[in-house]
This record gives sequence, C-alpha cells and structure tokens, in this order.
Amino acid sequence: MRRGWLRPTLFIVLLLAIWEVSVRTHPGLILPGPIAVAAGIAELIRHGLLVKYVVASVFRVTWGFVLACITAIPLGLALGWYRRGEMAFNPLSQILRPISPLAWIPLAILWFGVGDLSSIFLIFVGCFFPLLLTAMSAVHNIPAVYVRAGRNFGLSSTAFVGRVLYPAVMPQLLVGMRVTMGIAWLVVVAAEMIAVNSGLGFLIDDARNAGNRYDLVVAGMVVIGGVGLLLDLAMRSLEQMKSFNWKSSEE
Amino acid sequence: MALAQPAVAAIKSGFKLHAQQLGVVYGANGKSVSALEEINLEIADGEFICIVGPSGCGKSTLLNVMGGFLAPTSGTVTIDGERVTGPDQRRILVFQERGVFPWLTVEGNIGFGLSKLRRAEREQRIARYVELVRLQGFERSYPSDLSGGMRQRLQVARALAVNPDILFLDEPFGALDSITRVMMRGELLRIWQQERRTIVFVTHDIDEAVQLADRVVVLSSRPARIQEIVTIDIPHPRNISAPRYLELRDELLKQIGLAYEI
Repeated sequence: MRRGWLRPTLFIVLLLAIWEVSVRTHPGLILPGPIAVAAGIAELIRHGLLVKYVVASVFRVTWGFVLACITAIPLGLALGWYRRGEMAFNPLSQILRPISPLAWIPLAILWFGVGDLSSIFLIFVGCFFPLLLTAMSAVHNIPAVYVRAGRNFGLSSTAFVGRVLYPAVMPQLLVGMRVTMGIAWLVVVAAEMIAVNSGLGFLIDDARNAGNRYDLVVAGMVVIGGVGLLLDLAMRSLEQMKSFNWKSSEE
Repeated sequence: MALAQPAVAAIKSGFKLHAQQLGVVYGANGKSVSALEEINLEIADGEFICIVGPSGCGKSTLLNVMGGFLAPTSGTVTIDGERVTGPDQRRILVFQERGVFPWLTVEGNIGFGLSKLRRAEREQRIARYVELVRLQGFERSYPSDLSGGMRQRLQVARALAVNPDILFLDEPFGALDSITRVMMRGELLRIWQQERRTIVFVTHDIDEAVQLADRVVVLSSRPARIQEIVTIDIPHPRNISAPRYLELRDELLKQIGLAYEI
C-alpha cells in the first residue's frame, strides 16, 4: 500500500521542482511558481475565500447534478424499456446532445438572471443528456434472465422497478454518473466565469481582471483539480459497495 | 431407500400438468419456423420428468411454454386443471446461468419471493432453505463469492422458498464442471425426495436424464415432436453400472440417433 503512494508522490515533487526551477531561471515567463501558488492559496484561506468559493461551486454542482439525475435517469429508464418511446425521442436527443452546455449561457442568463439559478441550469443541461443516454443503454443491457426471474416471482410493476430494474442497471449507471459528475465540474467553472460572482470559476476570472494576480489564477486551478479529484473519489466509493455495484465483483 | 414409483401412484390422483396439442411457430423475417408440433404430455404430481433431445430442437421452448413465459401458437397447458396464461409463483423456472440476483446476498436471494410474509416467518423460511441446500455460513455472501455449484443451489433454494408446485429447470447444471455436475444431481435428488415437488428438467445429457428421471421425454429434431417417452424403472439410489441402467441409457442414445461408439 505504501509503495503505491510513494512513486506518484515522488513524481509530483519532481514536477513541482522542475516547475519552480524553470520559473526562476526564466523570469520573463508570466507564470507563478509553485511556491507563489501555495502562497496564493494561503492568502485565500486567510481571507476565508477558499472555503466560501469551494462551497459555492460544490453547491451549484450538487444541485445541477442531482436535478439532472432525478429527471434524466427515470426518463432514460422508461425510454429504454419502452423502445417506441425511445424511437420517438431519439431525434430530439440527438440534436440537443451535441450542443455544448456553454452555448446555453445567454439563454440561461435571460431566463434565470445572473446568479445561482443560471449556473445550476447550465450544469443541469450539461448532465442531462449523458445521464439520459446512460440510463437508456443500461436498460438495454439488462440480462433477460433477471427480468424473467423477476416476473416469475410475481412482482408488481412498482416492485419490479425497485427490486429488479434499478439494481440491475446500477453498475452501469454508476459509471455514467461518475463521468457526468466530471462534466458537471467542468461546466460549473465556465458558468461561474460569466453568470455569478462567487465560486472557483469566478475566482479565476476575478483574479485576472483585478490586477493580473496569476498566482491566484493558478491557485484556483489547483483547487479545482483537487476538489474534482475528491468528487471523483466520492463517486468511486459508491462503486465499491457490492449491493450497488455487483458487476465489479463478477468475473 | 427405494422409493415408491411416484408415476404410478400419481396416475390414480390425476395429472399435475397437462399439455395438449402444443405448437409453437416463430415468425422471423416473413418466414415462419415451426419449433414445436403436436406436443401432448401428462405429468403426474411429484413426478421427475427429464426432457432430452438434440441441441436447438426446442427443449427450452417447451419449458418456457409450460412455465407460462411463452404463449403457444396452438394448444394449451393446464396445471391442476387451470390454464397457464403467464408466469406464476406456483411454478418457478431455474436458469442455467446468472439466474440469481448478484446484487442480493444469499439470504436476500432466497427471501426474494417472500416479501409478503411477516419478518419472523420469512427469516425462518430463509434459514430452512439455506440449510436445505447446505449454504450455512454463506448467508451474508454475495453470489460473486460463491462457486458455480453453490450459485445453482442458491437458485434452487430461492425457487423452493416460495413453495411452488412445479420446478422447471432449464439445463441447470449445464455450465458446471463434470464433477460438480454429478454432485449436484445427488443434491437435487435429495432435495426432491425431501420436498416432493414436481420437477421438469431439461438436459442434453443422457446420463443425467437416466440418473434423475422417473420418465424421460425424448424430443425429435426441429420441429420438435415427442418421439418417445421412456420410463426409468430403477429405484433410487441408482447403480450406474447396473445392466438395467445401461440398457435404458443405450435405448435413449438410440432414440436420439447416437452410435454406441465414438
């Protein structure tokens, strides 16, 4: 276990050292070194901004993501189950899907104004289609045996959905949810640069506008990476649960 | 340990399952393929029936029709005089592979069909069937932690727990290695003798059929008809090198059209 950590840590330390050395030997570069960035993060913590901005961003991501989950997943499951519904819905989703969530920014501001609601909406849009498609394909991949066994034991439709359909699609849904969480985190940063005045995206934009504080810009980037990693780890810990993700333990 | 012949005993009390003039025609790409034709079969209560036939002949189709999973194109299946129109808890189908729910533990699987029972009763029933299929100590294990043979035993336990009249088994040991398969036959016979359910067992293994069945139904190649029904008049436990065993086995091999030597 220890050795597993040792190599990546050494590698990161090495990269940081190279970064610091190259920044110092080329003063013309407008790039802060890791020490300056660390100082920037420390400054943000001192002013209480770091926690505030992280909380603001995570708050928006959570809302957008959860709203997308509770709408897209049931809809996707239903469409996947009733193939005719899927055929009817398919052209619409194929057209809407390739539109970047960022393209919705003007409309989002028009509808919801500058504020949390717009960025939550943008995250929702960015998460909706990946989740919808994941749910549809997850239904298609349910082994027929589970469906037949479920029917054999005389389950009502509601019981069937809760006791066979959901658990059967869960492993594939979890993978899709993890990928989508990554998308949500990408979208929130972009949304915050335009639609709000708090959060990590806002921090980056603000640090540049207000006096070219590139140490804070990079500090913001580092924090985004760190929080993104933590969110991914949280999703992964869901995948560790056997009753959820039975597939990971199947051969 | 010799058992009374249930086939004979049950004839007096009437038939459990009655298939009349069953036919199944599949329509695919405008062409219709006949899978089953003129199947007439009567199965006695408590009887152990094996269905054998060349692979792809329609054994599983017949099982699915009798279980109510597939509507026949013609003919009817009645169980206890009641017409079969769909799947039902009173007759459970056991699949060859992946039949247990991998997201539930052993207990969860056995209790799957018991949600209407009160908690104490359900737990009692689960404990009883855990014991019957000898999975004690694995109650909290997930199927992925069990061997193939244990998973099939679990599937049988889940089926029996809901107290069905008939078990339909679709090549249940087909995916197991040959040693496990032999042991599983012994287990199934023990369970059958203890629980006394009607069993309809599809297999492509002639030895399996002769070792287990009261009667063996031989299907012809497509479209499947009943070619012959062979009564296995040897009491359990069966000696698999006894002359009568070998005679019946040869008879079945001949029915299926296989040579004696390879």
